[in-house]
Amino acid sequence: MKKISKYFTNEDYQKKIIPFLSVLLGFIMGALIMLFSGYNPLEAYSALLKGAGFYGSIKRFGDTLLNMTTLIFTGLSVAFAFRTGLFNIGAAGQMLMGGFIAVYIGIIFDLPRIIHLPFAVISAGLAGALWASIPGILKAKFKVHEVVTTIMMNWIAYWSVYYFVPNYIPGNFDTESAVIKESASLRTDWLSSLFKGSYVNLGLFLSIIAVIIIWWILEKTTFGYELKAVGFNPNSAEYAGMKVNRNIVFSMMISGTLAGLAGAVYYLGYTNNIKIGELPTQGFDGIAVALLGLNNPIGIVFSSFLFGFMNAGKLFMSASTEVPKELIEIIIAVIIFFAAANLMIKGFLSKINKVIYRKEGEKNV
Amino acid sequence: MDYVIEMLNIRKEFPGIVANDNITLRVIPGEIHALLGENGAGKSTLMSILFGLYKPDKGIIKVRGKEVNISNPNIATELGIGMVHQHFKLIHNFTVTENIILGMEKTKGLSIDIKSAAKRIKELSNLYGLKVDPYAKIEDISVGMQQRVEILKMLYRNADILIFDEPTAVLTPQEVEELMNIMRRLIDEGKSIILITHKLKEIKAIANRCTIIRKGKGIATVDVASTSTEKMAELMVGHEVNFKVKKGEPKLGDVLLKVDKLNVKDNRDITAVKDVSFEVRGGEILGIAGVDGNGQTELIEAITGLRKVESGKIILNGEEVQDWSIRKRNELGLGHIPEDRHKHGLVLDFLLEDNMILENYYKSPFSSKGILNREEIRKYSDRLIKEFDVRCGKGSKTIVRSMSGGNQQKAIIAREIDRSPQVLVVSQPTRGLDVGAIEYIHKRLIEERDKGKAILLFSLELDEILNVSDRIAVMYEGNIVGIVDAKSTDENELGLMMAGSKGGNKNEKNI
Ligand SMILES: Nc1ncnc2c1ncn2[C@@H]1O[C@H](COP(=O)(O)OP(=O)(O)OP(=O)(O)O)[C@@H](O)[C@H]1O
Ligand SMILES: [Mg+2]
Repeated sequence: MKKISKYFTNEDYQKKIIPFLSVLLGFIMGALIMLFSGYNPLEAYSALLKGAGFYGSIKRFGDTLLNMTTLIFTGLSVAFAFRTGLFNIGAAGQMLMGGFIAVYIGIIFDLPRIIHLPFAVISAGLAGALWASIPGILKAKFKVHEVVTTIMMNWIAYWSVYYFVPNYIPGNFDTESAVIKESASLRTDWLSSLFKGSYVNLGLFLSIIAVIIIWWILEKTTFGYELKAVGFNPNSAEYAGMKVNRNIVFSMMISGTLAGLAGAVYYLGYTNNIKIGELPTQGFDGIAVALLGLNNPIGIVFSSFLFGFMNAGKLFMSASTEVPKELIEIIIAVIIFFAAANLMIKGFLSKINKVIYRKEGEKNV
Repeated sequence: MDYVIEMLNIRKEFPGIVANDNITLRVIPGEIHALLGENGAGKSTLMSILFGLYKPDKGIIKVRGKEVNISNPNIATELGIGMVHQHFKLIHNFTVTENIILGMEKTKGLSIDIKSAAKRIKELSNLYGLKVDPYAKIEDISVGMQQRVEILKMLYRNADILIFDEPTAVLTPQEVEELMNIMRRLIDEGKSIILITHKLKEIKAIANRCTIIRKGKGIATVDVASTSTEKMAELMVGHEVNFKVKKGEPKLGDVLLKVDKLNVKDNRDITAVKDVSFEVRGGEILGIAGVDGNGQTELIEAITGLRKVESGKIILNGEEVQDWSIRKRNELGLGHIPEDRHKHGLVLDFLLEDNMILENYYKSPFSSKGILNREEIRKYSDRLIKEFDVRCGKGSKTIVRSMSGGNQQKAIIAREIDRSPQVLVVSQPTRGLDVGAIEYIHKRLIEERDKGKAILLFSLELDEILNVSDRIAVMYEGNIVGIVDAKSTDENELGLMMAGSKGGNKNEKNI
């Protein structure tokens, strides 16, 4: 009994179950809304799961993983910045720039795959790092808040791509680029045939490697220790002899690298070309993924899987049950709301605990 | 007898520690009731319970004879209970008035009625002699003044049971005097006060009764007038305490720190340290006394590398370091126990063990080739916790933010003393520490001195300066007005020098 009780009272444990409770509450809320509007929630949810490939079609499950891949990268990007005291709202722009460079290299160069693909992927990471370094430097040198500058950089990325794509790598339509060469694609035959034609690609493995590396940097290295110290308290980091400004720029650049890689796996693995006139929404979804994953690399794998399957399944659900796909957005919004309003849930948990485990002599509650 | 507050058999547990274990506290109307106990004994926790911040696991609280359930601070406020916290809770870019009415704004039409609030604050301020300007911004007023704003906040809410959690720890001796006068006036107006302090002198001077707690347990409630300070200290720590540390003659070594014609500017770009020169030799402790705000902070920051030097030299271990980075100075042999433990000394959201290696994390054995060695870090931190008696719920795994103020300070001191640097710059080392811990820290500082290290001690406590130092320099308006021998000076002479007189004629040594 005591063992369960600690999940209701101990702060550390409370923190860990809040995301799960939020998800549960999100789905309950979604079910209630469906009931009130005359839909059958059981039907809808089983269609959602089917659409995400939990049963029925392995291809659809591949699409879930495909969705997850990009979100892992953007989620990690936001979380890494956050753990080191920075709020990177610019993952979308960094992802777009990374994707643009990757696609550009994928189109312009003619190289054997073993060189072409790594070249394109690494350049995407570097482009993201470079893009993010500007807000980093502005913060370190002039104390300009990164929220403002990263948002501005998003729009600069948007309009740069808008200009560069039709002028340098034009495709069949005015609004998109040409298609990348196969030697720069992240798709592979064996994965596609394993998942019966899904576009799930090598990016999946890259994302898992990134999770491990980021976890390792944050938890095991002196570099990560420094970055976290600077993030939590720049004054004491300075007192301890750390280079605060340099670390702010490094943090931003690593965060940007991850977002840039998100661009690589999305554009080189899924779309194969780049469209103008849109900021990739995954950049912003990354904020939600990081929040729900408690800014923890392992947590982000879970939360991006959740978001991935909801994205993958929602179209199928609305097609087969007539429940509008916007309902999924509502559920996501509710989950985020509860995850963010964790204080409320904490209080709620303590109350439940009091009711279940009323102790002797507890007069004062 | 009627009590205004009765807290009966209170118990409160935190993960890994029982902070309050069956404590009973009874307060008589119109008295000043002191609460005495070691660092981490559970004083702040008990008061937080009374103020509705924590729920007790067990126990009954009665206010004016009636059993109550104080489930949040608003209820405490309604019951007439007010609290000044150990670390203030004011919003820095708001005015005094805005801070005071926050959460209970009266409106006039659609706008907040600041004017009448400010008027009432002025009246209250005059009534109790607080001298607070209702329109001043918090960031522009001194710490002592901020504390009075906290007092006004309670009075504005008509509190008549006032809790002060270590109010004097951050005050200069003059401000302490003034605070005591304010408290006396509050009692005259019919209020009751619960006062937490580690300073037995203050308890003697102002309290009527004193409840002593040790490791979460209530030990005794004594009548202050008829109990000696020695007795109270003994009840508190469980054994006898020596107030005066023993130390032998200094064995002077080479000059390890030399400051030469140093000029440093403060945040407002005004020269705060003016042509200051002195030397500290290995094997001696040079105390620096002075009223707060006479350039001490800027001098410390310049020596330790947190602040730029305008002109002059700092010579550490024979090297000119005024333009060196902090890291390089540390590696050459500089240690620093900072004045503001929350700002500089600790990363509050780190584990205790991660704070113990704040300056050494990149060195062997804590890491090699950039990889942290968790096992070694844990071992090291466990040793320091034991050696310096840092008390906390989960040992090395405790989040520092949840530790009691005094134990946070002990953690910093443990870290810096254990590094055993050639030159140790120490600022307010025992602020907020209990008498037992103070004795221990002083002993350790003297041990370092006897190992041949040079120690520069900044303190606002004259007792501490007189007790620990070998020589004493006094700072006034950015200058060092004189350096005297600690054995042949006294509070009076230092007091005069602190007011600017070129004191110490009888034994000034020219160094
Ligand atoms: N929120 C919390 N979570 C976990 N442990 C806590 C928390 N607050 C206090 N503690 C622990 O409870 C004990 C009592 O702490 P408390 O702050 O009441 O001590 P104190 O008597 O005020 O000490 P000091 O004189 O150092 O301020 C300490 O060991 C502290 O680590
Ligand atoms: Mg306390």
